[in-house]
Amino acid sequence: MSEFVYLTFDGLSRGLVYAAFALALVLIWRAARIVNFAQGAMAVSAVYVAYSVTNATGSYWLGFGAALLAGLALGVIVERVVMRFVDHSSPLNGVVVALGLVLIFQGVLGIVYGNEFLPFETPFSRDAFVVGGVAMLSRYDLFVFGTVGAVVIALTLLFTRTAVGLRMRAAAFAPDVSRLLGVSVGGMLTLGWALAAAVGSLAGILVVPTELGVHPTAMDVVFVSAFAAAVVGGLDSPIGAVVGGLIVGVLLSYVSGYIDVTVAPMAVLALLVVVLLGRPGGLFSSSKARVA
Amino acid sequence: MKRITTAALSVLLLATAGCTDGGGGGNGSGSGNVPGVTDTEIVVGTHMPLTGPAAGGYSKIAPATKAYFDYVNANGGVHGRKITYKIKDDGYNPANTQTVVRELVLQDKVFAVLNGLGTPTHTGVLDFLKTNRVPDLFVASGSRSWNQADKYPQTFGFNPDYTVEGKILATYIKENLAGKKTCFLGQDDDFGRDSLAGVEKILGAVAAKESYVTSNPNVGPQMGALKAAGCEVVVLATVPGFTALSIGTAAKIAFKPQFVVSNVGSDPTTVGKTLGAAAPLMEGLVAANYLPLNTDEANPWIQLFKKVNAEHNGNAEFDNNVVYGMSVGYLFVQALQSAGKDLTRDKILETVQKNGFQGPGLVPLRFSAQDHSGYGGEQLTKVENGKAVYFGTPYTTDDGDGPVAPYQGQAVAPPPSGVPAA
Amino acid sequence: MTGRTAAKHEAETAGTAQAPVPDAGPVLPKRRRRVHPVIVIAAGAVLVVALTYMLPPFRNYQLATVGAYFCVTAGLTVLTGLNGQLSLGHGALMATGAYTLALTQNRWENLPLSFAMAVLVTTVVGAVIGLAAARLRGPYLAGLTLAVAIVVPSVTSTFDETFNSDQGLSVFLNPPPEQYPIEQWQAWLCWGAALVVVLLLALLVRGRFGRDLRAVRDDETAAKLAGINIARTQVLAFVVSAVCAGVSGALFAYLAQSVSPGAFPLTLSLFLVMAIVIGGLGSLFGALWGALLLVVLPALSQSVGEQTGSQRLEGNLALIVFGVVLVVVMLAAPGGLASIPSRMSRLIRRNR
Repeated sequence: MSEFVYLTFDGLSRGLVYAAFALALVLIWRAARIVNFAQGAMAVSAVYVAYSVTNATGSYWLGFGAALLAGLALGVIVERVVMRFVDHSSPLNGVVVALGLVLIFQGVLGIVYGNEFLPFETPFSRDAFVVGGVAMLSRYDLFVFGTVGAVVIALTLLFTRTAVGLRMRAAAFAPDVSRLLGVSVGGMLTLGWALAAAVGSLAGILVVPTELGVHPTAMDVVFVSAFAAAVVGGLDSPIGAVVGGLIVGVLLSYVSGYIDVTVAPMAVLALLVVVLLGRPGGLFSSSKARVA
Repeated sequence: MKRITTAALSVLLLATAGCTDGGGGGNGSGSGNVPGVTDTEIVVGTHMPLTGPAAGGYSKIAPATKAYFDYVNANGGVHGRKITYKIKDDGYNPANTQTVVRELVLQDKVFAVLNGLGTPTHTGVLDFLKTNRVPDLFVASGSRSWNQADKYPQTFGFNPDYTVEGKILATYIKENLAGKKTCFLGQDDDFGRDSLAGVEKILGAVAAKESYVTSNPNVGPQMGALKAAGCEVVVLATVPGFTALSIGTAAKIAFKPQFVVSNVGSDPTTVGKTLGAAAPLMEGLVAANYLPLNTDEANPWIQLFKKVNAEHNGNAEFDNNVVYGMSVGYLFVQALQSAGKDLTRDKILETVQKNGFQGPGLVPLRFSAQDHSGYGGEQLTKVENGKAVYFGTPYTTDDGDGPVAPYQGQAVAPPPSGVPAA
Repeated sequence: MTGRTAAKHEAETAGTAQAPVPDAGPVLPKRRRRVHPVIVIAAGAVLVVALTYMLPPFRNYQLATVGAYFCVTAGLTVLTGLNGQLSLGHGALMATGAYTLALTQNRWENLPLSFAMAVLVTTVVGAVIGLAAARLRGPYLAGLTLAVAIVVPSVTSTFDETFNSDQGLSVFLNPPPEQYPIEQWQAWLCWGAALVVVLLLALLVRGRFGRDLRAVRDDETAAKLAGINIARTQVLAFVVSAVCAGVSGALFAYLAQSVSPGAFPLTLSLFLVMAIVIGGLGSLFGALWGALLLVVLPALSQSVGEQTGSQRLEGNLALIVFGVVLVVVMLAAPGGLASIPSRMSRLIRRNR
């Protein structure tokens, strides 16, 4: 029983990180119809910024803030300098450019910081509260729950309650009409990238301290899990991203705990097969078949 | 026809790429026909992960070896020859290892491959090196695959193999932690398997065993299972990052067993760095080693290596990877010195087989005509105040059912020049 | 959005140019003065044999690797370029071929049989994945194939009695005839296989099957109206390209005399996609460019890194060079390298 409780909380905590990361993928997909394969590398870059700032100032929170700002900035730069000029006649082009960016980011980070795992601290203890001999969750897990929850609520409010959010949605779904109505489609696109990159950076800064540390490739595995989560949920659905993230996180935890850790990637594949064969557009897809 | 022109052009590109650096290494043999050896130079090469997730820590080894060679070169070289060390990055990907080792052998015409790192990576090139009769010295891994004198007469190991280490760690548990419930967490390959085999040779079956894969940096489920099994001692056959992860994760769920860790994953500098503020969790951790420890300022070897590190390695952070790399360099120079002025590939293999090397190692190397495995034992260490310190005596054993015996030999000091004599 | 590939885009722009532009490879329709694939392949074979006598051993080995890569990039070109299906899992299919070769070879020591088994097994695996893939589009297909790519180490570890976990298997090989240097022999074998594979692909896509592939890619509804069985076409495309990947993987196992999951990481699958896109989608010559890049670019940038002598630059510089080339090619010439000659000639013509 105690193992089950522990595995559940462990899975939920990681699942929320996947959820945040998947959310970033969904934001860009909705805005630009690009699966941003560079998301992981961008997030790691932001975490390195946090690492430098935290080491220089001794404050986790300054580093945390710097990472989010760096994420915003990276999103703007990547969209304005590179992605804007990608020929969108083929969906492949965006994917390949993003992969090229991954290599550039990882190469630059490797040269600047070296290919060592650098330690990155958590602001709160990761020791779990033990209730009646059962390890539950730690202060840090609570921090992750709170942060990701806040982001989800903020994004929901942004898209449903504010004029900017409405414009962003309009620019994404009907760019030509929006342009006629005076919406700066390009600007909304940039804003979408910036927001997504910041959310991705947040996921990075939350997950890196729980793993081996900061490394140019630290987010590669997270990217794969989060992408699976986004696909399971449906790439057009922010709710799907959150639910998908939690499903993948908890599934990985149970499989690793009760069967074997080596089986985990097979479980992800099985999950994708089952979900996608039932619903080719993901769990939360609205259209019957996806031809986009 | 444009297609064909394009194709022809593209192949020409490949051909010219070949010519740019093909000429240099090809005809550089001055004394006889020994590849990589001239009157003034010996070219050797290695493959290492300098990039990618496996590069952490290990990427410091080859530069340290090179630094020691530079030190020897600055002191006149070996029999008048300077050593050139070509370091190729394989990113710990066996496919890249294939390519870079071929480049070293066929293109750069190295005399020998030295200290190639990694079990899966190096396993793939054994046959190639054998076919080309290239000495394959002091492989940087504790797999038992390097000890196949009949099949791969040119390959020699360096590290004590993981079974030997497992037996020594288990002996400590048997003598000092008798009756405690002992469990095991290991990497899911030869490292973990051989280590577990060694542990179980001494202790019998462990109470619970778990494994991890490097591609999944989360050991939460495994630690949960070990805790649920009521383990009091946990043997870790883990690389440094996963040692840190295991200790950190265990603390997270209020699981505080005695950790007993393989040498490969126990360097306190590397592990402590990953643990960050949680580094005090390492206190009391038991591990083993067979080379002088980086923090042992009084040790003459450490003094020598620190000097070399300052002069030729850009004063890189002095951890046990640096000590390891320089020890490899020292052993290779020893072998070159004893092989004499008329260096050939056969001669270096003979010399290594003859053994009798005395260097920084605490126990002897096992090299002989039948045995190509490296160091034959280890001494236990314990982390005290953030530093590993040796206690007890070194032990030697074999990878079979032989006894684990204390080793009585005396440690030697390096020669005053820091370069082994001929 | 599914399959508006660069190749189609290129064909469209080419169509608007005044002069006939011979920019598409032999697999694209309606080009005048098309050379029959058999002639091209024969010329290629002569060229390769001549090269193997000119090149030093290590270059011959690299040439062999190009041949091995050519198999998989050609197959992937047919799948992605002509049929519009994006696969991020071809590295795993290569691993399937490689492991099949290793297991068969170690049991029966018969190389032709081992290659035949590799083809057979990848056909089956390709069909299974293809069946699932035919239902999926765009990023959903990418997601599924990505999961396939990362499952390799998991499978080899879970069934480690067969596959020996991360460490992999070594492959038993009889040495080649003594009079030939081994690297030359390797180059012949790899290119022999590659040219056969490419010839078969070229012949295949010239005919009705090729037309079906492109029709499905360009407009599924129209293709359906024209009586094309969409699912069947897509599954077949997947199987064909899976077999090519299997042959390629088997060649790599042969070259390396060993197989291990580390040789087929996710990055391999991604690099394959990048290679064919840079090379130029939709043309088998683009696939050749891609295969060449996969070998030459890392080697070149590594030697640059070595010359600068910095530990940190080495390796990392290669990544940056590869990345920059990718981004620049994609922004400047989305048709890939194979389209550059025609772009150039168009530019020149415009300037005249």
